[in-house]
Amino acid sequence: MDFQIALLLAQDGITNGAIYALLALALVLVFTVTRVIFIPQGEFVAYGALTLVSLQSGKVPGTLWLLLGLGMVITLVDLSRAVRARKLRRMPSVILFNCVMPLLLAGLLSVVSPATFSLPVQVFITLILVVPLGPMIYRLAFQPIAEASVLVLLIVSVAVHVTLTGLGLFFFGAEGSRTPVFTETSFAIGEASLPGQALLVIVSSLILIVALYFLFERTIYGKALRATAMNRTGARLMGISSSMAGMLSFALAGLIGTFSGILISPITTLYYDSGFLIGLKGFVGAIIGGLASYPVAAIGALLVGLLESYSSFWASAFKEVIVFTLIIPVLLWRSLTTRHVEEEP
Amino acid sequence: MKIKEILFGILAVAAIGSAPTVYADINVGVTLSATGPAASLGIPEKNTFTLMPTSIGGQKINYIVLDDASDTTTAVKNTKKLIAEDKVDVIIGSTISPNSLAMIDVAAEAETPMIAMAAAARIIEPMDAKRAWVFKTPQNDAQMATAIVEHMTNNNVKTVAYIGFADAYGEGWWNEFSKIAEVRKIHVTANERFNRADTSVTGQILKILSSKPDAVLVGGAGTPAALPQKTLREKGYKGTIYQTHGVANADFLRVCGKDCEGTILPAGPVLVAAQLPDSNPIKKVALDYVTKYEAAYGPGSVSTFGAHAWDAGKLLSNAIPEALKTAKPGTPEFRKALRDALESTKNLIGAHGVFNLGPQDHLGFDQRARVMVKIQGGTWKLVK
Repeated sequence: MDFQIALLLAQDGITNGAIYALLALALVLVFTVTRVIFIPQGEFVAYGALTLVSLQSGKVPGTLWLLLGLGMVITLVDLSRAVRARKLRRMPSVILFNCVMPLLLAGLLSVVSPATFSLPVQVFITLILVVPLGPMIYRLAFQPIAEASVLVLLIVSVAVHVTLTGLGLFFFGAEGSRTPVFTETSFAIGEASLPGQALLVIVSSLILIVALYFLFERTIYGKALRATAMNRTGARLMGISSSMAGMLSFALAGLIGTFSGILISPITTLYYDSGFLIGLKGFVGAIIGGLASYPVAAIGALLVGLLESYSSFWASAFKEVIVFTLIIPVLLWRSLTTRHVEEEP
Repeated sequence: MKIKEILFGILAVAAIGSAPTVYADINVGVTLSATGPAASLGIPEKNTFTLMPTSIGGQKINYIVLDDASDTTTAVKNTKKLIAEDKVDVIIGSTISPNSLAMIDVAAEAETPMIAMAAAARIIEPMDAKRAWVFKTPQNDAQMATAIVEHMTNNNVKTVAYIGFADAYGEGWWNEFSKIAEVRKIHVTANERFNRADTSVTGQILKILSSKPDAVLVGGAGTPAALPQKTLREKGYKGTIYQTHGVANADFLRVCGKDCEGTILPAGPVLVAAQLPDSNPIKKVALDYVTKYEAAYGPGSVSTFGAHAWDAGKLLSNAIPEALKTAKPGTPEFRKALRDALESTKNLIGAHGVFNLGPQDHLGFDQRARVMVKIQGGTWKLVK
């Protein structure tokens, strides 16, 4: 292995690691706010990429029907509740978000072929198609059992994952797809060349991470999320709605996942079920951060990317084994250094 | 929910589940991988069963198609269910080799003939009391690997690197290919693995490139096999790239695009049916399948995997009238007669080749069952 190969492997590892880092952050966010280990996180990566592919080939993506379906169900559930409780004040916004917006999108896509739009517009449509699935899934699957134990939430999370994978196969078919590259340019660093697309992935991830930092530090919504993460009961006493915090964290998780999918779809082939493994590697990163610390999780995910890249060079058959075995020493070290805290009832 | 409602629900489900089955017709039990990792192979097979004949030899045929989700345990469970509940006369399945291998015991124990749509030679070899009940329609990996090595020696390839799936498919190809390559004095410079859902194979490709091979063989199936090829071209590899017959569908061409120009692979003749010479007896049968499939599922939708299912149907259409002469469907005697009839199939033309079965050979293909194909101008071209 000479220096150039080492450099190329590092570049590959950092590119993948940047995506894992984004997913690790989303996992930490969702876990701290709602205590859900969000296994379907990776599904947003696959849904985002494959929805973009469908749009580019001029097809109506299957995620539109999922959005419509979930929206209708949520509207019905909320409406029946509101009627029983005689509190109809918030219904207009529920109907607008869950019914009117998806219907408007469906109308738009049925009139104009999405293949004619420019790339930024296609990316934007992909985002508004896939990201709302996050809060919708929270509303339907997790909000009714928000007070359940971590284990119950995990089991529901697995169920959601299996359902989404199955729907992914139905919507997008078994074969993979990739999108054309956003940029053809590449930069020379010494003897190695850095493709513009890889740089785009790294820079966009960094921007997103910085944006998240400012969201948490500077905005009232970010602070509300942090408060909920620290102490749910305390935050509620201060007037922060825990379901609002849950919705918001799932929306952010959806956004991060979809965005990651759009970023990597030009450099790799994505399948309806690719998301799981990508999400799992982000999860290893999140575990290194103890599912609590954002910076450690991001660094851990980057480490996973690098480890994966170098082990695929040295022992490709054992690559996954090496990556996932990393979790054992990490867990050992964490359980020896951290004080065990009982889960709040 | 109240107890009463739950009880009612259970009763309703039980009532539906235990509806009596009529045994007068011939029941064909099918288990295939329409979901899970092998879905891209299983879906065209599943589609093919809707095109199969609904009556053979004057008897109505019921196809009971189950999905095993590419999972071995489910495949075995499906087989047991088909035998115990649906009283099937023959089993077709499964899509992939691990599933098919696991099903052998169950089918043999129930003395039910089984026709696998998976490639591994071990499904029918070595012949023993259990495998006497087992047949298969896809070409053996060894046959395809021989074709590749032959093409390599003819084109002066001295060194070759291998990158394959980290599963039964990639491992099987490695075993067959490395064996034959060694005999033919081709030096294998690297042996790498990757996963179906991997997002990057840069590490493996860099290692292959540093071993400077004349050619690279990619042992993968479907669109995932495009990733190593694209990475090789991206990193400036100029040599010939070989793929296996596992990639022979339109989606592979779509995903791989211009990076696949010049790729060489062995395949069943059905892939290039229209380009076969008119003197080839397979041409008519293969074209018939392609026309039927594309009429139902759209132009360009056909793949070679569905044709394995079609060939299983061909074997049955040929054997069932023979078996009906000696026994009635639904009896052990009929299953035995069907097995004997399958084993004595002679000169039956399928979409993938000509079947000539015998007590020791439950596949029965010869050299006509494979052609070399080159990807040119974004489509498959027969190499003459």
